[in-house]
Amino acid sequence: MIIAWLVFVLCCGWIVSRASFTDDLAAFLPSNPTQDQRLLVDLIKEGMVSRLILVGIEGADAATRARLSKDMTKRLREYPLFSVVENGDSSNQERDQKFLFANRYLLSPAITAEHFSVTGLHKAVAESIKALASSTGLLLKSLLPHDPTGEMVRLLGLIDIGSRPSTLYGVWASKDGTRALLLASTQASGSDLDAQQKAIASIRQVFEDAVTVQKGAKDWVASSPPHLVMSGPGVFSVAARNTIKGEVIRLSILGSLTVLTLLLAIYRSLVTVALGLLPVASGALAGVAGVSLGFGVIHGVTLGFGATLIGEAVDYSIYLFIQSQMDSTQPVGQWATRFWPTIRLGMLTSVFGFASLLFSGFPGLAQLGLYSIAGLLTAAAVTRFVLPALQTGIFCVPDFTPFGLWLSDYAHRARRLRWLPVVLLAVACVIIFLHRDALWSHELSALSPLSADGRALDASLRADLGAPDGGYLAIVSGQDSEEALVAAEKLGESLQNLVLQGVIAGFETPARFLPSTGIQQARLASLPTQDELKRRLRGAVSGLPVQAYRFAPFVADIEATRQRGVLRRADMEGTDLSLGIDGLLLRQDSRWIALLPLKMPVSGPSAHHINADLVRQAITASGQADAWFVDIKKEADRLYSGYLREAITLSLTGLAAIVLLLLLALRSPRRVAQVMAPLLIAVLVVVAVLVLAGQKLTLLHLVGMLLTVAVGSNYALFFDRSESEDAGQIAPRTLASLLFANIATVAGFGLLAFSPVPVLQAIGVTVGPGAILALVFSLLLADFAAS
Amino acid sequence: MGLRILFFLLLGPVLAQASLAADWGLDDLMSALAQKSDSRARFSEKKFIAMLDKPVESSGYLVYVRPGHLEKNTLKPLPERLTLESGTLSIEQTGQKQSLQLSDYPELASFIESLRGTLAGDRNALERVYRLYLGGSSTHWTLLLLPSAPDMAATISQIKITGVGDQLRSIEIQQTDGDRSVVDIKQIGATP
Repeated sequence: MIIAWLVFVLCCGWIVSRASFTDDLAAFLPSNPTQDQRLLVDLIKEGMVSRLILVGIEGADAATRARLSKDMTKRLREYPLFSVVENGDSSNQERDQKFLFANRYLLSPAITAEHFSVTGLHKAVAESIKALASSTGLLLKSLLPHDPTGEMVRLLGLIDIGSRPSTLYGVWASKDGTRALLLASTQASGSDLDAQQKAIASIRQVFEDAVTVQKGAKDWVASSPPHLVMSGPGVFSVAARNTIKGEVIRLSILGSLTVLTLLLAIYRSLVTVALGLLPVASGALAGVAGVSLGFGVIHGVTLGFGATLIGEAVDYSIYLFIQSQMDSTQPVGQWATRFWPTIRLGMLTSVFGFASLLFSGFPGLAQLGLYSIAGLLTAAAVTRFVLPALQTGIFCVPDFTPFGLWLSDYAHRARRLRWLPVVLLAVACVIIFLHRDALWSHELSALSPLSADGRALDASLRADLGAPDGGYLAIVSGQDSEEALVAAEKLGESLQNLVLQGVIAGFETPARFLPSTGIQQARLASLPTQDELKRRLRGAVSGLPVQAYRFAPFVADIEATRQRGVLRRADMEGTDLSLGIDGLLLRQDSRWIALLPLKMPVSGPSAHHINADLVRQAITASGQADAWFVDIKKEADRLYSGYLREAITLSLTGLAAIVLLLLLALRSPRRVAQVMAPLLIAVLVVVAVLVLAGQKLTLLHLVGMLLTVAVGSNYALFFDRSESEDAGQIAPRTLASLLFANIATVAGFGLLAFSPVPVLQAIGVTVGPGAILALVFSLLLADFAAS
Repeated sequence: MGLRILFFLLLGPVLAQASLAADWGLDDLMSALAQKSDSRARFSEKKFIAMLDKPVESSGYLVYVRPGHLEKNTLKPLPERLTLESGTLSIEQTGQKQSLQLSDYPELASFIESLRGTLAGDRNALERVYRLYLGGSSTHWTLLLLPSAPDMAATISQIKITGVGDQLRSIEIQQTDGDRSVVDIKQIGATP
């Protein structure tokens, strides 16, 4: 037996040594999304959005912040880590304006053949001259010889000023001016966490350097030093990863120490403790190996969960050592016949409970399930078959019979309180019923390990930087970027109707500043030849206080545009506009997608709301085959509700499986009811307490409830046994062993309750207290005969 | 030596002028303006632009509320409202409103300051940006503002403001590229 076990351990060790580990939180996102959801998850994970780091400088005074912003931007631009760094500096605007100016006849929507007819030119020039009379005339007058038809002004009007951040001292700042803003985009995608971590570290370093330089400046105010804030998908992922890493180490160490201390206190012998930990170690090893084989990659959170496995698996050796009074005087065979069946049943219920996790749509939860199953099976097997074989009288366990008797005494006295579980049940039911509407959280964000502060900062930075609102998108796709742009233009026409009807306030489209080749060529065709244009201008200026020869630069520019041909994406390199286009025109697998973010109307009958049906109608009317409308928040919520439903189904199935198993084993519905009753009461009481504490339940709490039943059954089953016991009461040593085992389990799960990772915290906060209550209620409700 | 004499000769008329105006000086004008209550006025502006054969004209009304609220409402040819309020300049045109922080546009800020500073009688604010020369008497005066900062001096050569008593009559802006703008102002009584 021992040899078999050693071989098994070696195999597991070998598998583990070749296992790979991951920290990617995506494993805890649902894995069967619809096409829409897949697109969004892709965008979130890989796209432009995932590469953005939002940076804010707070503190000090506005002038210092502006100087820091300028210094940081200059330095960060030298790093190849970043593809773009922007802070609203006017020099960037100049580049954009130069681009718009150079390509105005390809980009302006007013370019038609009609526009350049004699009447068209006359009208346009007259308008421009009138505009010179306005306050902006000073700026316009230098444009007039080049752009008498006012295309530049038209283009500038198309850039949504409202979505641009305000500026203060020449750089971007929040609306109230207390924060200077920068935007950085990394070369690497958001899912490359190492690159993101480097980028974040670089930004921090550059900030420190810039502050050091400023400290030497004369108007440095030491009392309110500037500080840096950062946000963005990469920032969150790195923070989550660090949290998980920290958690795994912390939980593993704490879990091991707690159990070690407990065992030492119980056994007072290092040898015994070491032996007692053998099943645990084997179980952990088997668990990791199993997950590695089953999933290929082991998630950090799974390892963090290992702390609970330690607490549970050690139960078996506690039972063995204490119940069998393991020394050379008592043959262990008795223990095997008397206690092992109960322990085995308890283990099986736990296994069934964890098995239901295997079928959940969250790969991360499935890992936890497999890990626990493999671990528990191994630990139980090692306890049953290997440990007894090691019994050679080299160790002994203190006799817990006196302690057990003292416990039994208390237990009997406590039986006066057997009304307590019933009363608590009633109270819990009332509480849950009263709160039944606000019971469940429907936010997907509840599953994320981001703190509320982190999310608030992110929202604030996004609002300052003018990121698009609401999350309403119209999406079209095409075989290549050109097709996608054409589709976007067609859809844009339908959307423009919606704008006129007031259904939406406006929309963004990549085709605005990168029109399709077709449109560009149509515009080029409307541009007259040089001689023709000169002739028309002579006719157009009649009645206007300007001479045709003044527009020579205009004629030259039109001719240059005709010669240059169409504009491509590569021509936009280095401008802010290209940043915008890259965010809206994306490649996904073998197709290209164009995103058209919609803006909610801010006033009128449908303010702050978009009528999805009208938008969908408009999209269908545009005749685009591959176009659809997405309401991101609604999608996310729908996703979550779907998973909540699934989790409820899984939990109920798991519960049914456990009941079935118990029926098969105990062969008496009354006994099953007796075992299950304290467990269900424990679960309801824990839920009621959580609800009272203001905690909204997530599907993770649901998982925790199922586990409470599975784990608690280990204890409840022992009290059932006492029915068939000769003395009609539970043996004192058994009671003692139950107490210790319970403490170990509760310690293991209880540690999780303090973890900042929601998965772990939810399970810990339900199973920890639940296990204690399961033991107490089982004791109180058990059918003891009088002693 | 000869240079020095030339220098004094050139300065002479200016010094003489200054001594003539000694009875009624810059401070008097400034305090007169400072005591004036809020005002409304009609304006008509002519912009002389090199490229155009004729000046472009616009008209409307101005509103001034102490100490820093200034509105220029253009009615013809294109309706537009320009509002200055505590360091922010807003431009409203055909329903669209844009706001600028003057701190971002120092040249524009100095330019606006010429008008606001005069209306407020704020000599210190004016002298921060311009060199001031006053001519005439309290019944009919001419205030010349020459930009002292080289950035501004590159675009604007001078601003000439004429007035009667504590009322402004005209503002003429001379640009270095030859263009100029002339604004005639007619007070229409104080705001209630």
